[in-house]
Amino acid sequence: MSDPVFTAKDLTKTYVSGESQVHALRGVNLEISAGEVVVLLGPSGSGKSTLLNIMGGLDHASSGELFFKDLRLTGLDDRGLTSYRRRHVGFVFQFYNLIPSLTAYENVALVTEIADDPMRPEEALALVGLEPRMHHFPAQLSGGEQQRVAIARAIAKRPEVLLCDEPTGALDSRTGVRVIDALMKVNAELGTTTVIITHNAIIQEVAHRVLFFSDGQISKAITNEARRAVAELQW
Amino acid sequence: MRALDIKLLRDLVRLWAQALAIALVVGGGVATLLLAVGSYRSLDETRTAYYERYRFADVFATVRRAPKALLGRIAEIPGVAAVDARIAQFALLETPGLTAPATGVVISLPEIGEPKLNRLYMRAGRTPDPSRDDEVVVNETFAEAHRFTLGSSFAATLNGRRRDLTIVGIALSPEYIYAVGPGDIMPDGHRFGVIWMSERAVASAYDLEDAFSSVSLKLLPGTSEREVMMRLDSLLDRYGGHAAYGRKDQTSHAWLDHELDMLNNMSRTLPPIFLLVSAFLVNLTLSRLVSLEREQIGLVKALGYHNAGIVLHYLKFVGVITAAGIVIGSVIGTWLGSYVTGIFADFFRFPFLLFTKSSDLYVAAAGLSAFAAAIGALRGLREVVNLAPAVAMQPPAPPVFRRTLPLSLSAAGLVSQPMRMMLRNVANHPVRSFLTAFGMSLATAILIVSLFTKGTMEQLVDVTYFLADRQDATVSFFEKRPREVAFQIARLPGVLNAEPYREVQVRIRNGHVERRIMIRARPRGAELNRIIDADLRPVVLPESGLAISDMLAKILKVRVGDTVEVDLLDSERRTVSLPVAALVEDYLGMRGMMDEEALARLLREAPMANGVSVSLDKTRQDEFYAAVKAMPVVSSLALQTASLATFRDAVALLVTTMSSIYTGLAAVIAFGVVYNNARVSLSERARELASLRVLGFTRGEVLGILLFELALLTLIAQPPGWALGYALAWIMKTNLAGELMRVRLVVEPATYVFASAIVITAAVLSALIVRRRVNQLDLVAVLKTRD
Repeated sequence: MSDPVFTAKDLTKTYVSGESQVHALRGVNLEISAGEVVVLLGPSGSGKSTLLNIMGGLDHASSGELFFKDLRLTGLDDRGLTSYRRRHVGFVFQFYNLIPSLTAYENVALVTEIADDPMRPEEALALVGLEPRMHHFPAQLSGGEQQRVAIARAIAKRPEVLLCDEPTGALDSRTGVRVIDALMKVNAELGTTTVIITHNAIIQEVAHRVLFFSDGQISKAITNEARRAVAELQW
Repeated sequence: MRALDIKLLRDLVRLWAQALAIALVVGGGVATLLLAVGSYRSLDETRTAYYERYRFADVFATVRRAPKALLGRIAEIPGVAAVDARIAQFALLETPGLTAPATGVVISLPEIGEPKLNRLYMRAGRTPDPSRDDEVVVNETFAEAHRFTLGSSFAATLNGRRRDLTIVGIALSPEYIYAVGPGDIMPDGHRFGVIWMSERAVASAYDLEDAFSSVSLKLLPGTSEREVMMRLDSLLDRYGGHAAYGRKDQTSHAWLDHELDMLNNMSRTLPPIFLLVSAFLVNLTLSRLVSLEREQIGLVKALGYHNAGIVLHYLKFVGVITAAGIVIGSVIGTWLGSYVTGIFADFFRFPFLLFTKSSDLYVAAAGLSAFAAAIGALRGLREVVNLAPAVAMQPPAPPVFRRTLPLSLSAAGLVSQPMRMMLRNVANHPVRSFLTAFGMSLATAILIVSLFTKGTMEQLVDVTYFLADRQDATVSFFEKRPREVAFQIARLPGVLNAEPYREVQVRIRNGHVERRIMIRARPRGAELNRIIDADLRPVVLPESGLAISDMLAKILKVRVGDTVEVDLLDSERRTVSLPVAALVEDYLGMRGMMDEEALARLLREAPMANGVSVSLDKTRQDEFYAAVKAMPVVSSLALQTASLATFRDAVALLVTTMSSIYTGLAAVIAFGVVYNNARVSLSERARELASLRVLGFTRGEVLGILLFELALLTLIAQPPGWALGYALAWIMKTNLAGELMRVRLVVEPATYVFASAIVITAAVLSALIVRRRVNQLDLVAVLKTRD
């Protein structure tokens, strides 16, 4: 495998919640390689979202180090993190987070306008199979379509990493499969390193690697020797 | 405490800044009402009490010289409750440190006891010893202006004889609440004094033993004032009586009435505007704030609460905010009300002050504010409570947007996506955008209403002092003199130009409407006293016919070319018909103007003069003053510069104070509006904005998207705000126009700029506060929570 995209060393995160301390991450060590698809599984509060947030530059670690390639994310201030997100990271949210006042095309253009080397919005939408509906507003799209627009928006700037937090959480099975399909297609065609949080254990079968979280630590890691095709997924 | 009430408290704590801003808007409206109505009522009641306790007369008349024996017959006029006769004459006063003579009115005091009417309120000292002819009581304004205390002395020329007078008392009188000298419009203690002396002293000085020159009557309730005045006139006629007049034409009362009318009109104009504006804004804001609670309302319903309980919960929420506003407004309004009343009371010289705290006002102000707030909350709740709980707890379907720009423009990439978001947000919520912009227009408008008086007053000063009455001084005589007196005055040192004027009292009438005015006649081509028309150009009077104040024409409902009936009230009483030849643009009092020779023909006399207007060589003023003091025929000297200065002082004190207070309240309301608007927008779009942050937009870019909309609406709101402000100012001006004073509406460009600047400053301040919130947007929460 190629050089790691993410390298985490003894990463911890402690929240102060009222009078008690919550240890969300208790020393995570991890490497994720370029082009890898990693699924994070684990119960609520096990630390997977916290890790994703820190990797995405949305949150700060309490201690330890996290590198994006050579960039030490744990040393960046807010401005630095914003610029890191802007250049390198694509996000896909559980609830799509599209801007209702912008069409599918314009939601994608929102990101391409501030990116250094973006693809054209219609290209990104074509990747997720939504070119025919690109001039529709979110209100005119189904949930699955909205999520695919969100994916198009996330990948349009050709990010090196795509971070997805429960991307199928709000979708039914058939639609969920189409969304996963879109993610895999992007990974295959662009080589985008993709990290997916899910509660849906079935999705793990399409990943290169599955990390199980419990109590703020990676309790188990499985590498899939043979990934399943998306078409075979069903839940 | 019930769980919902705990939620209520926590919500209030969480939203304290917004709640406070809304409360301030409510408070601004309430305070205006309490301030305006409260100060009017207080002054009105104070005046009524003062008049009653000090027996202010109902009817007044002056006469050249009438025997005291006549008093019995005056008392017998049906309806007369009390009669008070005295001597009242003008005198020139010499005061230390001033070269220009001041004007005084010398009034006799009975030797025993108090006057029956128009009694004095002694501030200090005592009344004069009847045996002393040098002891006087003076009015407080005069004493204070000259820093006189008991024992101070000054000189007066009584009937041509110079006397040194010693002050033994300082007093106030219901007759001279507004102590204004002849030819002046504002009380000026430097230039005018009221001097009370023992009757014996005054009678001997003016050769009026056993006679009187002024009589006041108190009437029984229900008596016809007109009837009594006619009878009084017929009794006084043969003794050189001038027509009797009622309180309405008594200078002090009329001015006081005018000022109170102004306050009253202001209280009927400004507070309703402020209160409605604040009600509208509270309504708007609360409705948006409650709409944000959609999810929680769904949840509470799912838990089994009834709609009524939920409605009550939010009514409590707005109730607490409104109550806070009412309390803030009441405290500020009461304080400002007593402050303003104090300023007016001081200006008018009331001996005491009854500050009324009218409970009905508090109830009205509170009621209206609470009603508006409740309607706002219900408007927000209406959509939400009717939803099934499950639906309410779902995120609302993404709002439906339409394109606002042609596709070609979009495709050309001329408009960035953030700009597009902003434009669509505005265009696709037309009602909300309109109401928000309208709210800001209202904020600008109430600022203009508060600020416009300055330009308007300057215009009044310009026209009155620099276009129409351009003399430096006006010399008046005790008795009318042959017109040639003007030559005599012209020869006095320092006089550059002298124009005589003749003034007669008349009643002017059209149908049933009549007014008592002075007709002033001036020589043809007069350069000092000019007649200015509505286009602000000097008018040449026709050889016959009357020019009257535009206001008087409106009251009499006459136009140029119509004929009015005029009762001549001076020496020979006759009624004549005169054509209205021109309308005069003037702002102070109402008057008629005629050509000198035309009036002389009308009066069947050779041209005479009651006084002379002069322009002066400023370097020789003192010589002129000295010469005037030496002229026994001169009853008073009015100085234009002093008059203008007093006018400006009074305007600064009364108008500027009121205007500053209203501007302050309007600014608070403006800030409340803009801040709430920005803050609610932020809440409504927090998620959207946080998403943008996650996508890599910087804080500045995100703030820009939020504030661009605010800025756009603020700017769009300005021109309609100016128009609205002008319209409201016009309503104010029209309501405030009175017979004694009115204005031509002048809203200077600077006023518009200033009003908008305040609103824009409020917007910038709001933006700065909101910026902190944008910086604190929770990026992580966005990933987990739904719309």
